[in-house]
Amino acid sequence: MSAAFDLRVDKALADPQLKIALERTTGNARRKRALAVAAWPDFAGARTAAAAIKDHAIEHMAYYLDMFERNALASGAQVHWARDSEEACAIVVDICKSVGAKTVTRSKSMLGEEIGLPHALAAAGLRRVETDLAEHIIQLANETPSHIIWPAAHRTKEDVAELFANFHRDKTPTTDIESMVASARKELREDFFSAEVGISGANFLVADTGAICTITNEGNAELTTTPPRVHIVTAGIEKIVADTEQALQLTRVLVPSATGADLTQYTSFHCGPKRPGDLDGPEQFHIVLVDHGRTRMLKEMPEMLRCLRCGACLNHCVVYRAIGGHAYGGAYPGPMGSVLTPIFDGLETTRDLPNACTLNGQCKQVCPVDIPLPTLLRGWREKSWNGGMEPVKTQIAIKLHAFAAARPALYRFGQSFALPLMRFFAQGGWISKMPLTSGWTAARDLPKPPAKSFMAQYAARKGTGQ
Amino acid sequence: MNTQTRPRVGLFVTCLVDSLRPNIGFAALRLLEAAGCDVAVPQAQTCCGQPSFNSGANDVTVPVARQTIEAFENFDYLVAPSGSCAGMIKENYPELFADDPIWGLRAKNLAARTHELLSFLVDVRGFAPRGAACKATAVYHDSCSGLRELGVKAQPRKLLGAVEGLELLAFEGDETCCGFGGTFCVKYSNISNSIVGEKAANVRASGAELLLGGDFSCLMNMAGKLHREGAKTRVFHAAEILAGMAGAAIGEEN
Repeated sequence: MSAAFDLRVDKALADPQLKIALERTTGNARRKRALAVAAWPDFAGARTAAAAIKDHAIEHMAYYLDMFERNALASGAQVHWARDSEEACAIVVDICKSVGAKTVTRSKSMLGEEIGLPHALAAAGLRRVETDLAEHIIQLANETPSHIIWPAAHRTKEDVAELFANFHRDKTPTTDIESMVASARKELREDFFSAEVGISGANFLVADTGAICTITNEGNAELTTTPPRVHIVTAGIEKIVADTEQALQLTRVLVPSATGADLTQYTSFHCGPKRPGDLDGPEQFHIVLVDHGRTRMLKEMPEMLRCLRCGACLNHCVVYRAIGGHAYGGAYPGPMGSVLTPIFDGLETTRDLPNACTLNGQCKQVCPVDIPLPTLLRGWREKSWNGGMEPVKTQIAIKLHAFAAARPALYRFGQSFALPLMRFFAQGGWISKMPLTSGWTAARDLPKPPAKSFMAQYAARKGTGQ
Repeated sequence: MNTQTRPRVGLFVTCLVDSLRPNIGFAALRLLEAAGCDVAVPQAQTCCGQPSFNSGANDVTVPVARQTIEAFENFDYLVAPSGSCAGMIKENYPELFADDPIWGLRAKNLAARTHELLSFLVDVRGFAPRGAACKATAVYHDSCSGLRELGVKAQPRKLLGAVEGLELLAFEGDETCCGFGGTFCVKYSNISNSIVGEKAANVRASGAELLLGGDFSCLMNMAGKLHREGAKTRVFHAAEILAGMAGAAIGEEN
């Protein structure tokens, strides 16, 4: 594995608090999702229908994006197109500058993380206020999200209490969740109303109305998008759906998969700026549609464009649960992140992600839109192998093994020497250390092999008529 | 039973059973014969090719897969005491030869007749073990490929339910990966260690005397961790129990 990945993994594995925090969050999520799915008589059918809705929109993406733009423009929105993260960030920063913004509020958006928007806003001298509770925690700790639904999944509430006591105006130490939420609310309240610009993501872009849909639980998204003079939406182009009904149908599989709830507390459709007679709403409504690798995915892995960002694959992944989100080194962790990050950052530096996976298939099983994540991860391994990116030692070992495996006589000849040799290193029935097996024996013992293989024993029995 | 109704089964031993635990192969032979099959063990078998295939090395996997197809395509069934290897042949060989009209057809043809041992015994042969006894408490680990690719879940429990004296206990995380993952466990040994550590803790917390499963690779991973931690849990492949061949457990010297 690469040194950087190795370091991040070692750091994560050495942190007992991380394991506790991850288990609380993901364990809860797994239990609640299981209950929600068990209570839904035909969840499998809903899942198939959801995948079909996404596939239809992806297959006709240009058509529906065109329709979306027309309807959004007609509602008074301004639509911007960004090929990559630089263009997307530049568009957002330019809008902020054009309205003389000093403070911008932001509700949680993974697309924003993906394109590096927090960094771009800081570089432009804008004061950024994260309004999602977990994002607020992350901002205080000067970290990046470690989970796409619970950005602070790596932190325990005891951790957060300490952060709040250090950074909030209200210094009363408490681990009572309600008091902590109240403290954060007090902290953020002024900013909600003083910010000139509010930035949000979108869960869906609704083609036939030109509206964008956000689904949230805390209400911070509404306070981020409504009071400021300007609302900017940043969204990946794969968020397109044909109509409102389909957006809602997808919400019905997304939310139970994410949190086990039937629906989120807030499901909001934003369509255009404030109209004459409206009591509130932004004067300017900008929608930034971001490609950033998505047209490439359309050719290479269209199934991945189905992803609703529910986080179920993270919660059920044994690797994610062991190392947490930061070890992945990209905006998105877990199985979906290991598929996406090589698209954004290149495979050369991220080949560990698709490799560090047991291909156990649980991610695919819980995915609400049936993305074949293990197949896509193996696809990256194929590209890495074909591109000669695998470590030389791995290449030699794999080639040698396959060479022998395709030649049974040679294979058995080698085996007839290897087995007795291995027995030499055994104590009792186990080998706890021997040359070339440190990868195995570092973690566990290896059972002592028999003197003769099954095939040799079987041939001998046949020979003696047994 | 006359010869017409006795299907000809090619036993795919799997490389790990061949090298490290022949007893599972002999148990599989005994069970298949008891289930009314004519069993042969083709000599031209080694490994199904998963180490290279799951490393993305399709090019070097092709000769290994072709050899397996040639060795087994003339049997009525290919049966393997592993959901992982059976899954490779059933699901991944057709994928590997997707662009090859001739080998693609041969791969699909073999895939359709490939089975994991325990599900074959129940689903295809309607087999119930007779006279098997084992007085112990046990937990059963559902290996991932068997469970999710091949739907092996009820069959081993049905078979083990017929073993006199054996009490199967429920345990936390029975469907959770053990962290083996083929080459994963040596390439990312530290992550694998964390995963199998959690699994071992769950097995120990169950209080069961035996840990059973249908895949030797996972069993040896868990057994190796349990032994490293000094646990007394004894680990067997379900076939060894069913065939009445559960003498020395994995890692217990004969």
